Amino acid sequence: MTYEPYYVPAQSPWPIIGSISLFTLLFGGALILQQYTTHISMFAYICSIGGLLGLIFMLAGWFNHVIIEAHQGLYSAQMDRSFRWGMIWFIFSEIMFFVTFFSILYYIRMHAVPNLDQNTNPVSGLLWPEFKQNWPLLQNPNNQLFPGPREVINPWQLPLLNTILLVTSSLTLTIAHHAIRFNQRIKTIIWLALTVCFGLAFLFFQAEEYIHAYQALGLTLNSGIYGSTFFLLTGFHGFHVTLGTLILIIILARMIKGHFSAEQHFGFEAASWYWHFVDVVWIGLFLFVYVL
Amino acid sequence: MSEHHNPPKGLMRWVLTTNHKDIGSMYLWLSLIMFFVGGFMAMIIRAELFEPGLQIVDPNFYNQMITMHGLIMIFGAVMPAFTGLANWMLPLMIGAPDMALPRMNNWSFWILPFAFIMLSSTLFMEGGSPNFGWTAYAPLSTTYAPNSTTFFIFAIHMMGISSIMGAINIIATILNLRAPGMTLMKMPMFAWTWLITAYLLLAVMPVLAGVVTMLLMDIHFGTSFFNAGGGGDPVLYQHVFWFFGHPEVYIVILPSFGIISTILPAFSRKPLFGYTSMVYALGSIAFLSFIVWAHHMFTVGMPLVGELFFMYATMVISVPTGVKIFNWVATMFRGSLTFEAPMLFSIAFVVLFTIGGFSGLMLAIAPADFQYHDTYFVVAHFHYVFVPGSVFAIFAATYYWLPKWTGNMYDESLAKVHFWFTFIGMNLTFFPMHFLGLAGMPRRIPDYNLQFADFNLIASVGGFLFGATQLVFLFLIIKCIKTGKPASESPWEGAEGLEWTVPSPAPYHTFSTPPDIK
Repeated sequence: MTYEPYYVPAQSPWPIIGSISLFTLLFGGALILQQYTTHISMFAYICSIGGLLGLIFMLAGWFNHVIIEAHQGLYSAQMDRSFRWGMIWFIFSEIMFFVTFFSILYYIRMHAVPNLDQNTNPVSGLLWPEFKQNWPLLQNPNNQLFPGPREVINPWQLPLLNTILLVTSSLTLTIAHHAIRFNQRIKTIIWLALTVCFGLAFLFFQAEEYIHAYQALGLTLNSGIYGSTFFLLTGFHGFHVTLGTLILIIILARMIKGHFSAEQHFGFEAASWYWHFVDVVWIGLFLFVYVL
Repeated sequence: MSEHHNPPKGLMRWVLTTNHKDIGSMYLWLSLIMFFVGGFMAMIIRAELFEPGLQIVDPNFYNQMITMHGLIMIFGAVMPAFTGLANWMLPLMIGAPDMALPRMNNWSFWILPFAFIMLSSTLFMEGGSPNFGWTAYAPLSTTYAPNSTTFFIFAIHMMGISSIMGAINIIATILNLRAPGMTLMKMPMFAWTWLITAYLLLAVMPVLAGVVTMLLMDIHFGTSFFNAGGGGDPVLYQHVFWFFGHPEVYIVILPSFGIISTILPAFSRKPLFGYTSMVYALGSIAFLSFIVWAHHMFTVGMPLVGELFFMYATMVISVPTGVKIFNWVATMFRGSLTFEAPMLFSIAFVVLFTIGGFSGLMLAIAPADFQYHDTYFVVAHFHYVFVPGSVFAIFAATYYWLPKWTGNMYDESLAKVHFWFTFIGMNLTFFPMHFLGLAGMPRRIPDYNLQFADFNLIASVGGFLFGATQLVFLFLIIKCIKTGKPASESPWEGAEGLEWTVPSPAPYHTFSTPPDIK
């Protein structure tokens, strides 16, 4: 039986650079969070910015290394499967991250808020007799500490547009994916570039929405549990869209440089899996955060 | 790649390595160091509880010690030890050249020392380290938290990243790198337990990351997830935390099931009894671990139907666990047993873990738990599953595989000394805590009523004995590395598995071409 050797890389500097950078970034970040009410020290800024740059340097260097190895033909079909399993289970862990936040939203809406209302739970009347359960929650139990939002985002304006944008982007990405399988390079590049544009447009409108929420609606992180869950869910989703867009831009650049072929394009596939994942999360968000 | 490639020299070998054996060794050493750090904190706790009254530390520092002891033992000692064992042994056991993603493997490890620097740095900050217990319940960890909590949260994030990458690597290795012919149901039991554990890690570490992120936002960004004044709920924290926390306790016990299932057959000279049922029992335990979390919070004020559901679901776990215990006993039944150190620790595991399981069953009875909740009975229970469960299994594994790692045999009579003093010390420490708890002594309090003095004194003496004995363990490992008698390829008569087909110490690269599996 023939056996294709499994590539075990020699020593690598990237992980330790990553560890030190991650530590510096988070240590600096913690210092900033600790000091922002008084005076943020130069040291804290240097740590966090240095850490961030180090992390970016590490990611670029590490991936560059992997790309070079792939082009040298060091990766067997078995290695390819390892990458696939790795990406699949990474996305699974990301799904669990969002499952957590959706679960807390359901718990808040179906259990916590109703129980603060004395009509559901008489004990709550001792603390906050005025409080009435509602969703979206515009009046919090303690309105001094947590001034409720005046209004919430209308789902049928920007959020609907964003839904259309993301669903379309998943579609365009799939077209690009089909094109690459038939080695239609130019077609892939066009549809991939279009996907990136949709992603950027989504992020632009999301930023618009946040500005509108803060300035016009009084919907902030501090406006009680509605604002807390709203920004937690949309914020982490937006962060993932940002990452996904960056990944797609890199994949686009690699596509233009001619890194991928009809047979070998796992980088492209992994990026598209990730993009579909953030898309599906958005559908959940649109339904449970905005509409219902 | 090359079979005869020797490891580079010097410190950078360890920093830059992609070799699963190097990384496994580093995990194991880190774990040992953290075991002593966390153990030292336990000694401070036992010294303070030696007699009633406040004598050695002030209450706030005592709270910091119990918090850090828990965090360091779980995330620093037990989890890295199991990951280290997985790194060292899985490729050897399944005939793989290395872990599936060797560079990421290095990153998983090297995040950890930095995470513990981050966590330990809080001890030297103004206001001290976290003092709310390892569970970090809100609002103790938000409104009333020390300033250093942010660093604690980021340390948890780092540990989470490390665990998730480690879990991904283990899954990819087991699913993709098994030698041709080794089907899933022919895999060594240790690989099975780690496969399931890795899935548990992937499913719940993101939940922990999420919940501590919400703590961070409540502290710094004005959100009100755990503040009822803004419509949130502090009990929500407990639900989410224990949704992570309960699978977590299986994360730190399932790999030991695998170790015990490896060692008992070896020293009974009989194959493992009921391999298939062991696999299904593992799967059931893993599944059930997701639907029992609220048994940690029976007294928090849940609807009756919730109490009942979580009570019965918890009790159901004793069925697959019982299957495992009976299988282990049946494995030993009518075997030709010998009692080397790994076997001694494994038998002690079966007996004492069962005691821990039974006290768990008592705690699972919701009405009874109203009496036991937050008493020393709980402390006794979880130490009976952690210490003779996880820690004894790690000791057993260390003795069992030391010849393979170092190429030398350890000192058997010294190991027996280590076993017996550990066994006696551990029971002296934790058995009286059952009585203390039933009599109503609350946990996490540095002072206690006079009536608890005798049992606390016994527990402290046992604790010091246990702690001191671990220095023997350290000495024993160093002695084994430096002056141990050379061990053969397969030093244990009854041991089976691919790891015993390679020389001792295992060469730097093994199974670059996969072995044949019959």
